Amino acid sequence: MSNVNVNVHHLTRVEGHGNIVVDVKNGELVQCELQIVEAPRFFEAMLRGRPYYEASHITSRICGICATGHATASLRATENALGVEISEQTELLRKLLFHGEIIDSHVLHVYMLVAPDFFGVGSVIPLAGTHPEVVKRALRIKKLSGDLCAMISGRHTHPIAMTVGGFTHLPTVKELLDMRKRLVDAREDMDETIALLATLPWPNFERETEYVSLKKEDEYAFIDGAIATTDGFTYELPDYRKVTNETCVPHSTAKHTHHNRESYMVGALARFNNNYDQLHPRAKEAAEALGMKPIVTNSFLNSGAQAVEMVHCVEDSIEIIDELVDRGIKQEPLYEFQGKGGEGVGSCDVPRGILFHNYIIDDEGIIQGANCVIPTGQNYANIEADMRALVPQILDRPQKEITHMMEMLVRAYDPCISCSAHFMTVEFV
Amino acid sequence: MAQNGKPKVAFFDFACCEGCQLTVVDSLQTHLELLDAVEIVQFREAMTEKGQDYQIAFIEGSCTREEDEERLKEIREQAAIVVALGACAHTAGVNALKNLQPSLQDVREYVYGDKAEWYETYPARPISAVIEVDAVIPGCPIDRFEFLDVVKKVLLGKKPSIPDYPLCVECKLKENVCIFEKGGTCLGPITRAGCDAICPTFGDGCEGCRGLIPNPNENAMKDVLEKAGLTVEQLMAKMTLFNAYDPAQIDCKGIGAR
Repeated sequence: MSNVNVNVHHLTRVEGHGNIVVDVKNGELVQCELQIVEAPRFFEAMLRGRPYYEASHITSRICGICATGHATASLRATENALGVEISEQTELLRKLLFHGEIIDSHVLHVYMLVAPDFFGVGSVIPLAGTHPEVVKRALRIKKLSGDLCAMISGRHTHPIAMTVGGFTHLPTVKELLDMRKRLVDAREDMDETIALLATLPWPNFERETEYVSLKKEDEYAFIDGAIATTDGFTYELPDYRKVTNETCVPHSTAKHTHHNRESYMVGALARFNNNYDQLHPRAKEAAEALGMKPIVTNSFLNSGAQAVEMVHCVEDSIEIIDELVDRGIKQEPLYEFQGKGGEGVGSCDVPRGILFHNYIIDDEGIIQGANCVIPTGQNYANIEADMRALVPQILDRPQKEITHMMEMLVRAYDPCISCSAHFMTVEFV
Repeated sequence: MAQNGKPKVAFFDFACCEGCQLTVVDSLQTHLELLDAVEIVQFREAMTEKGQDYQIAFIEGSCTREEDEERLKEIREQAAIVVALGACAHTAGVNALKNLQPSLQDVREYVYGDKAEWYETYPARPISAVIEVDAVIPGCPIDRFEFLDVVKKVLLGKKPSIPDYPLCVECKLKENVCIFEKGGTCLGPITRAGCDAICPTFGDGCEGCRGLIPNPNENAMKDVLEKAGLTVEQLMAKMTLFNAYDPAQIDCKGIGAR
């Protein structure tokens, strides 16, 4: 086939609005774009003039899926700006809450958004009839992670109890122990998840790129740490702009980023490639069952890395709860503003990848400037690079199949368009 | 109706975080039978199919662009019942915070620099500013049980009702210690109930995400907040976090100019 026109308007089973446009004339790729048509919402501008303590509540509204991730990055930025130290208890509770969100987001993506592609259906709904055990397992894991988040912050989407310096509500030891039992029981669902993914025919597609994530020596990094890349670069958080280098592109309401190459990748696969050593032993076993060992260069296997992370988060959550119960839950005084502002950068590696919040707060506690760099935005250039590499490899296939492969590729990144627009539809013109 | 007699339902989103649609998906955890009661013909976030023959439309998000108006009107023309899903659709939610900034040109330039002209936007508006809305499910995000309740009522052909009393009523029934007693501040006295006072229950004052009750005494609320130690700036921030949309401030003819 010498001419191919793919034109997917409002790509489905992703969060937000985007279009895929592929135009091949006489066997030559003329146009290959991921157009982001999501309405921009201007969060950074909206934060100006608001009191510092509202920032985490406003920015959690950037995204319904990674609301906790945004709130956590926001709080870390605020705390770094104001010089707030957080207690070990707060750190442990935030990690536990964050694990809840990682599991919640990954189970949604792997089971409800990606799995239908492999069963040849358009959504998870027909699977409820044909594969009820799969759907029920997904809903069971989702409920577990949602309940874990609710136990700590009131609810998963738009956490309530997280605040600058600590929590306005604490879980009881009994709640923690009940949750621990459910997490132990969830090991069976994790095993089944890995077994299911091991049977799926992941597309063969290799393209090496630079993988960027947070890194810590002593743990699999989700909150704080340094910025590390598989090309050997390391940066402290305040230097995040040296990595992100944001630019506007005409076909996208989300900015693009690049570092050492024309593009880089963030997310579960990037974390897996950078931080494999710090994974829980059970998560390493899961990776082995999926045939994954770093460096994995097949972007479709981002979903595999997500499943590995789910195993890790279940195991680490059990350990965190043990530590919390051992220490005992204590009421701690909340932060009070000290009349001195400053600038701070906060970073978390949220479900879709590394996220930065950067605030300038004045001596009245009012936000004067804000910048947020969103994971999906950082992936767009890399998604387009993958699209350009993949299209020539599958040009001999029927157009319907090409379209489907392109949609699957973009979906593998688990793009969160509403976050990044400041996302998606496939258009073959 | 579909041939199987089930009403056809579609979900749409505009400027929002899609958290309310996720809450709809989460409601399946406990109410999977929902899928037996309706036929979902369009739900972009969760499914590939895009049916256009729906009777009930749930709309999440605010109207922030001229092209949004066209889409909203098309949905209104098709659907017998339109339900506003969540704060962004109901009150314009946090999207309306940008309406408070000095100018939208400044807002665009702050985020997109010298490429500001590429990104169209106008003051955020609730969908009721553009089309007629038959029912509202308030909140940021929506409460999944209220969603289930509204769906049940719509399926029974009844008009869904939401509480018109303040949050304090629910908070008292929860036997919470008043946030003001704990040294905090709260919009409970003027905010529409229905969330089971979830924020005060988790130690944080109400932020007004469900919108105000009918005839709220805003002046008395401001006095109480001032007495609790808020500065004028903090007080205004509190009152506007989810309720910044003010039709009087929006000159629709000069859209884009403000």
